[in-house]
Order: sequence, then structure tokens, then C-alpha cells
Amino acid sequence: MRWEWLPKYLPNLMFGLGITLQILVISVVVGFLLAIPVGLSQVNGSRFSKTIAGGFCSYIRGTPLLTQIWLLYYGIGSLFPLIPGMRENYMWLIRLDAYWYVLLAFTLSFAGYEAEIMRGAFLSVPKGELEAARAFGMNSGKVLRRVWLPSAVLKVLPTLAGEVIGQLKSTPLIFTVPVMDMMSVTSKIRQDTYLTYEPLLFLAAIYLILTFFITRLFAYFESYIPVRR
Amino acid sequence: MKRFKTLLIAAAAFAAFSSVAMADIVFGTDAAPYPPFTSQNAAGEWEGWEYEAMLGVCAEMNEKCTMVPIAWDGIIPALLEKKFDGIFGSMAMNDKRKLQINFSEMYYDSTTVVIGPKGGEKNFTPETFNGKTIGIQAGTSNANYVEKYYVPTGAIVKAYKGQDEVNADLLAGRIDFIVADAVALKPFLDSSEGACCDVLGAVPMDVAILGNGVGVGLRKEDTALLEKINAAIKAFANKGGFEALSKKYKLEGLMLTAAKG
Amino acid sequence: MYAVAFTWELLSLGPKGYGDELLWGALRTLQISVFGYACGFALGLLGAIGKLSGGPLLRGVLNFYTTVFRAVPELILILLLFYAGTDSFNGLLVTLGYEPINVNGLVAAVLVLGFVQGAYSTEVLRAAIQAVPTGQVEAAKAFGMSRTGAFRRIIMPAMLPNAVPGLANLWLNITKDSALISVVGFTELALATRQAAGVSKQYLLLYLIMQALYLTISLSSIKLFGRLERNLRRGQPDLA
Repeated sequence: MRWEWLPKYLPNLMFGLGITLQILVISVVVGFLLAIPVGLSQVNGSRFSKTIAGGFCSYIRGTPLLTQIWLLYYGIGSLFPLIPGMRENYMWLIRLDAYWYVLLAFTLSFAGYEAEIMRGAFLSVPKGELEAARAFGMNSGKVLRRVWLPSAVLKVLPTLAGEVIGQLKSTPLIFTVPVMDMMSVTSKIRQDTYLTYEPLLFLAAIYLILTFFITRLFAYFESYIPVRR
Repeated sequence: MKRFKTLLIAAAAFAAFSSVAMADIVFGTDAAPYPPFTSQNAAGEWEGWEYEAMLGVCAEMNEKCTMVPIAWDGIIPALLEKKFDGIFGSMAMNDKRKLQINFSEMYYDSTTVVIGPKGGEKNFTPETFNGKTIGIQAGTSNANYVEKYYVPTGAIVKAYKGQDEVNADLLAGRIDFIVADAVALKPFLDSSEGACCDVLGAVPMDVAILGNGVGVGLRKEDTALLEKINAAIKAFANKGGFEALSKKYKLEGLMLTAAKG
Repeated sequence: MYAVAFTWELLSLGPKGYGDELLWGALRTLQISVFGYACGFALGLLGAIGKLSGGPLLRGVLNFYTTVFRAVPELILILLLFYAGTDSFNGLLVTLGYEPINVNGLVAAVLVLGFVQGAYSTEVLRAAIQAVPTGQVEAAKAFGMSRTGAFRRIIMPAMLPNAVPGLANLWLNITKDSALISVVGFTELALATRQAAGVSKQYLLLYLIMQALYLTISLSSIKLFGRLERNLRRGQPDLA
């Protein structure tokens, strides 16, 4: 085992860690917010919105995230320059860093997986609770805001830790496009030093530590959420 | 007994699937397309200057050779872990790689160039790239060159997994320049979509980084194979084999091949 | 511009089109998934039995395996195992006095996927075995069945329906995780498409077709597993 490369590359690795965590946190937060309307329209929407939302979930869950990243960055991204006037007026869109494509791919992915869980949670709220709310004279918006959504979200929270860890474990895929995440830095170290295992083992250790912290963080939050049995 | 039979059938099915006729010598090359050297065509077969050069060299050795794709950024570790016997993949023989593996005699040499928009600055200096984005393929000697000479003067580097992706992004306007091999960029520049761009010029030479040409990469301990391949390269060169291939792929004048004699 | 110059010939099955390359890639994806899944299932069964009835040392080793392998990203494990796995496998052969074999890409891909999958299978099967009512196991013992006999004839058939939803999930995961093998350069569906796209420059079109193939695999698998579960639950009391 050789570790003399570590001090030299540690700043780069920390920078990469920052990128990885940014993408994780933003995609989880935005993805969760997106999952609520997607999950709800699968349960309560018109036939059209049911099909769209259901199709979106099947697509996200039925294809590898790796290919979704490729499709967004190399597939759809390469279309922009072909649109007339794009190069003249919307150069910023063409020059958009791969970071944003990855962020979008991870956000949509999290939304797709979480929406499926949200759908189940919406369905599992007892009908009686909703009927009681309606009997109190609440309109459907109020029922959703005050009763249906809060109790569905409460049901989802315990599964959230697992979903976030799943998302964390997908983050090494960022390195397949030009973004300097932790995995890219590790791959660079491997190319510079020709070491096969040490940089990967180090990266594996960082991921283990991150998993541990996320588990603890959620356990801490869960102790603050009132649970009615 | 029935279950045991099913198990046997499963094992046989697996063996049938996996028993690819193992050639005598297996060479690894970049899994991403690298035309005109190595790429897999629409019929699923290998093609290119380098693939045919490999066949020619192997014919001289009287050996059956196959080419296997492997991710470029892990190709040297894969060689050291005995995933295959040698690297036949346009690998520049630079100092850093020579510490890890042995190289055969040079079989071709070409220049590292900067490609940019048509009408770009031909007399570029490292300062030309200040604030500009340069695309490179990760794990290449060209990537090391950009890091040493252009990053300190403010260039932004984007590292890709394959040369085809670097080209696609230059075309899309996502990067300003490419630093790559002159020959490897030829098919791209010749194509209709490559009309946007042009070779701005060769970079100043640094042999330690860019290496003295391309050779077959082998494990340090495989000295017998090294000698055999060297003799075969010499024999193929004496026949004019490399030159004929350059003519076939219309690369004459762009690359230097192993000398006769 | 290139994205406009599209012809159906690009997708044809002949030597001029990439249709056959993509289908062949999909077949390879299915192949490494099936064999990797089988490897994972076998490892999982052994792991689950070891966890439930092994000694403290074996249980410790298995706990380490399932905890670490489920917490480290699959891509990192695949890279580590791809380079390390075959090397140590050959090392083992040499120590045992055999010639080292040339592990080809397919075998390496299957072993790597199977080993990662095994950690998840262990946990699914362990939970499924534990969910078998103890009364049934005790009844088997009372009939004088041996431990292996009880396992084969009572526990296995009783636990499989419990395990099916978990196992179905693992199958869907492995078909998607198999795409990660492309990162080391093994040509399955994802890499075959990437190579075709790199040469033809039709990134958008080919990636969409690749995803359609993955989606077909996923959706038909979901159907099949649903049918399998109904089949296995015949004669069992309705739980819902």
C-alpha cells in the first residue's frame, strides 16, 4: 500500500467532496419537492396527468441513471447549437457546465423514485380522515394542505434516509461527464500514480463515513418528529 | 438428481456463452472509438489503421491476435493485472509510462496539435488560453501536456472519457479548444460537421510528456514477447506494411511510421 | 448539420446499421445480469444460512460483507473488484497448484456483479427465512426431518414467496447496475450504444433507443415477477 499521494491530492479531493455533496443535497431537496405533485397526480389527477406522471416514474426507475446522464448531457445538450439563433443569442445555454446537467439528472431521478413512494403514502392515508376533514367543511385544497399532505409526508419520512443513501451511492456516476466530483479526482489520481486500489479504497472509506453520518443525521431528526400510534 | 442435472446444464450454458475462442495474444485498446486508429464499425467489427497494423505485426509473428476494448483511464492497471497481454492502442511512450511498463520499438509517431475555431490564433502562446476552455481525453499524454503548460496560465480543463466526446463538445460549442493527436482529429476535421474548426498548429515539443512516438505497451517481465514483437514490427516495416496502411487510410504526411532497415 | 442527416439505415440490422449491435448489447446485458443474479442468489443463500446458524466468527465476516458492500457505491465496488477480483482469483489458483486462467471480460463482469449482488441477496433471504413461522420448522423437526431436509422441503418453499418482492427488486437493480460495467470497458448495452453513438454522432437518437431497450427489460421483468409471486403463493393464506 502506498499513500504518499494523499497530501498532494487532498485539497482536490475536498473540492470534489464539495461538488458531490452539493449535487446530493440540492437534488434531494428539489427532487423531494417535485415528488409531491408527481405522486399526487398519480393518485388524484386527471387521466392525462396520471399517464404523464406514471410514465415519468416508470422511465426514471426503469432505466439506468448512467444512461439518463448521458442522454441529458450528450444527447439533448448537443441539440442546442442546432437551433437557429441559439449561438447568437443564448450562448450561455450552450456553454452551460456539465454540472447543471448532472444536477438536473440527479434531481429528476430522485423525484422519480420518491414520487413512487409518495404515491403509496397518499393512498395509505385512511379514507376516514379525509372524509372527516370534508365533513368539517374544508374544501379540497384545504383537505390536501391540512390533512392529506402532512400525514402522507409523515409516512414517507422514515424511508427518506434509505433513499438519500441510495442517491449518495449514485453520485460517483457524475464522473462520466466532465465534472470534477470526488470520483473524477480519484480517477485522476489513478491515472497520475498508476495505483489501482489505494485511491479507490480511500474513496470507499469516504463514502462509508458519509453513509454513517447521513444515517445518524436522520435518526436525530426522526427523534424530533412526533409519531402517533 | 434432477436438480443436479439442471445445475450441469446451467454451467454448460454459461461455458458455451463465455468460451470465446481465446487467441494466442490479446491486445487491449481504448473502449471509446478512436478513429482512424481503432473503432468498431456498424457491423460490430474492429477497423482502423492500428487494428490492421496489429494484424500485420501478428502475421509476422505467426500468432493469432485479438483486440479487446478496455476503459482508457484504467488500461495500464488492467495490463499489470494481466487482463490482456499488451496495449496496442496509440499509447505515446512517455517517461511516466516507461516507469510502469515496457514499450516496443516505435511503430508510428505524429504531432500533438491545438484545434480551435476556424480563423483562430495560429501563433498561440500559453497565454492565448487564459480563461478559455480546453477539452482533453482523460489519461492521455496530451492531457498531461495541457496541465503542465496551459493550466498555469489560466486555461480551464475539461476531461472526457473518450476522444469522440471531446470532438462532439467542440462542435457543440461547449469548449474552445482541443489538444489532441493530429491524426486522431483528421476524420473529425474532414467530416462536414468538422468544418467549424481547424488545426491551429502543433504544440512546442516536450518529449518527457508527449513521448517519442507510439509503441506496444507490455509488462516489464514479458521480455521474450517484447523481443518477438520488436522483430515483427521491423519485419512488417521492411515489407512497407505500415506505409501501405497509411496510404489506405489517407494519412500520408500526417504520421511517421517505423523506418525500414 | 449532422443531427438532421438521419436515415433509418442507421438502425438497420445489417452491416451498415447499429440495430444488431444494440440488440446484441441488450443480450449481453441480460446475460451478465442473469448469471450475476444467479451468483448473487447462491452467495445470498449461503450468506443467509451462515448469518442465521453460523458461529460468531462467520457471522462477523458476513456482517462486514453485507454492511460494507451495501454502503459503498456499486461503481466503486465494480472498479475495485474488476481489477482486484480476477487477480486474487488467479493468485488462489496458483497457491492451489493450478495454472492461472485467462479470466475473460464476461466472467469478470459476472463475478463482480454477483459478488456485489450477494450482499443484498443475503439480507433479503435472511429476512424471508426469519419470516417463516417457527411452528412449521418445529413441526418438521418433530417429524424427524434432518436439518438439510427441513431446509429443502419446508423452509425453502415457505420462504420463497416472502423473498419474491425483494428478489424482484434486486433483479431490477442488477439489470440497471450492469450498465456500470461499461465504465471498465465491457461491451454491454450501454457501451455498445456509446460506441455506436461516438462513431455515428447520433447521440440523442441512439441513447433514446438504448433507454427504450432498458425500459423494455424492466417492464417485462416486473410483469414476470408479479406472475411468479402469484404462482408461488398458491395455497397460502391471503395476507392482505
